[in-house]
Amino acid sequence: MKLNLDQTKVARARAAAARISADIHKFIAAHTTTAVERTVARLFGIDGVDSDGVPLANLVVEDIARGGALSRGAALALGNASASLDLTPRQVAEQVAAGRISLAKLPFRPDAARAVADTYAHDALRRIAARRREREELLAELGEGDRPYLYVIVATGNIYEDVTQARAAARAGADIIAVIRTTGQSLLDYVPYGATTEGFGGTYATQENFRIMRRALDEIGQELKRYIRLVNYASGLCMPEIAALGAMERLDMMLNDALYGILFRDINMQRTLVDQYFSRIINGYAGIIINTGEDNYLTTADAVEAAHTVLASQFINEQLAHLSGLPDEQIGLGHAYEIDPDKADSMLLELAQAQMARQIFPRAPLKYMPPTKHMTGNIFKGHSMNSMFNLTSVLTRQGIHLLGMLTEAIHTPFLQDRYLALENAKYVMRAARSLADEVTFVPGGKAEARADEVLGKALDLLARVEQIGLMEAIEQGIFADVKRSRFGGKGLDGVAKQAPDYYNPFVAPMLAKQYLSGGEQ
Amino acid sequence: MEIRPYGDTLNDGAMQLSFTLPVPPGPEAKEAAKQLVHRMGFEAVSVVHMGDLGEGFSFFVVYAKTPTSIDFSAISVPKVDAKQMGFYAINEFIRTEIGRKVVVIGACTGTDAHTVGLDAIMNMKGYAGEYGLERYPEMVAVNLGSQVPNETLIARAIELKADCLLVSQVVTQKDVHIPNLTQLVELLEAEGLRDRLVLICGGPRISHELAIELGYDAGFGPGTLPPHVASFIVQEMVRRGMSPRDGRLCENTAASCW
Repeated sequence: MKLNLDQTKVARARAAAARISADIHKFIAAHTTTAVERTVARLFGIDGVDSDGVPLANLVVEDIARGGALSRGAALALGNASASLDLTPRQVAEQVAAGRISLAKLPFRPDAARAVADTYAHDALRRIAARRREREELLAELGEGDRPYLYVIVATGNIYEDVTQARAAARAGADIIAVIRTTGQSLLDYVPYGATTEGFGGTYATQENFRIMRRALDEIGQELKRYIRLVNYASGLCMPEIAALGAMERLDMMLNDALYGILFRDINMQRTLVDQYFSRIINGYAGIIINTGEDNYLTTADAVEAAHTVLASQFINEQLAHLSGLPDEQIGLGHAYEIDPDKADSMLLELAQAQMARQIFPRAPLKYMPPTKHMTGNIFKGHSMNSMFNLTSVLTRQGIHLLGMLTEAIHTPFLQDRYLALENAKYVMRAARSLADEVTFVPGGKAEARADEVLGKALDLLARVEQIGLMEAIEQGIFADVKRSRFGGKGLDGVAKQAPDYYNPFVAPMLAKQYLSGGEQ
Repeated sequence: MEIRPYGDTLNDGAMQLSFTLPVPPGPEAKEAAKQLVHRMGFEAVSVVHMGDLGEGFSFFVVYAKTPTSIDFSAISVPKVDAKQMGFYAINEFIRTEIGRKVVVIGACTGTDAHTVGLDAIMNMKGYAGEYGLERYPEMVAVNLGSQVPNETLIARAIELKADCLLVSQVVTQKDVHIPNLTQLVELLEAEGLRDRLVLICGGPRISHELAIELGYDAGFGPGTLPPHVASFIVQEMVRRGMSPRDGRLCENTAASCW
């Protein structure tokens, strides 16, 4: 079941996206942010909070910024302090938190600072590489579900309740569990600490919560003899920090979109673009599959009219991901089944678009999102819409299949909602497993025409974005009908231009995949 | 007129229920489901499906008949009191009855990040074939987007001389929306602004009744389209004499005439 796509258009669109990404990358590579530097601090082992609950990583980076040394990076400041005081970075952070020292006031010895920074960085790299190997070994030992992987969310607010629901979902056939974050976490400029039992519409992403859910999924995976993947969100104002926590706690997938925070959370675009780069480098190194957020465009814009903006953004997300060292196999590009069910041939159009995405990004584990916008509270109709979505997904061999809930638009899923969704998906996918091998599209028919139309419009859009640059395109509201100013939004005060002697000891070895099998040793 | 649910015979009281019990499936679980429904007052209880949800939970689909009935003629529901008008009629109404642009500010307030509902009402493009308020030539519609603190919304309302605030609340888990909606009313009252605004809330779990109870002028639930909201806004403004900028609303106002 293949569409005859115009390969010249595909190549031209990809080339335009590569030039757009290379252009914005010049800006990204010349800047850092408080979140990036807090990530370095965390990777150096700086964990925990002070008596007011403020993370030590924040206190250290605030101290560095106050001393005017943010532009050189936290690694050198911490390396310098560790060398001068003969303390670990964690002990240095405790001294800062206690108000006993200020890092920028210590005499700066660049060579010693760099050498110590490298030592701690390479410790962290080896730890992350070990967690990655652990995943590979578990996958080899336990195996995994068929693709599309069945992905469900848990969102109770209480990590222990989440565990119960996640275990039940795994038993019912889920391959992937995502712990939805509490509403509002994306706008916190710090990562909360410890196990949490209160949240709204989701559960706080904390290192301890990651650990609790990881342990639970490993246990149930052993019992079911199927590796269960864990997902959280590297998004918001702490993108790279959460990516680092995910790497350390062996998460398997992270939502990570270059533009989502800008468009949907009004985070400053300079901040997000710089943050996404380092967060993706970490995801790439840790073997974490990223999930991009193009599906969200269709929740604000019309799914038929705006389908090409999804494709254009996928091209850009792909190229930016490549610049961060992510191979295609780790790029879960997002798209969604959001066409109005009252429209004639809605499934035909969805099928054409899903198959188009499959062929344009053949190695990417595409993340396919269920109907949400046209779910009404009529759970019975919603359940049949989800069946159509399930069928489209299995026919077009999507990689990551986010299950639709019959109670979408009513409440965060009940235990039984998830069970019914899994039952539905397993039935439909079992029933139609080989169907796509047995049917073909009519050459020049409606499906091919639709794919060609979307591809053509995406190419035009990319050409326009290339002309004005990505930032200007976002300012003009090209994506999702949302306009954002490059100087507006949250988090701009955390962006700094890198000094000539700026140093982040993780970037080069992570891009070179050092300590990984097949990478530089 | 007494009525009961209809299965296949008038007033047979037939209903379907589904729920989960925190016990593993088995004959005792099935009996527990049956007795539970029976104790709710249902008759002819029939457990037609029992499923294993894992982790010690079981799922039930149950059919039963209720002997309860309701007097339909005695039902009364508070409704948004406004004549339904279309896009062109609303703009014409503003031109003739109000005589100036109507300023509407929309926001998802508090920690709520879900703008789907607000966007459906506000966005130029609109929803289900109806233009959003941004498209109305006689309206100035400003969408502040998600996670807007109530204080920011009020500051923007003063700055833009708003006539109407449109607050969307999607996340309602554990009733997080209630204190947030209440706080906005309290802040507006403290600032002496409440009476000078048409205050509206909307969302999948919002009813007009709840909105009135919380001190709003109207509440809009699922299925609401932009002209429903716009019709109410303009008629409410006229009803409250909010049309002229320099009219009685501006007398003795410390916050200057807006």
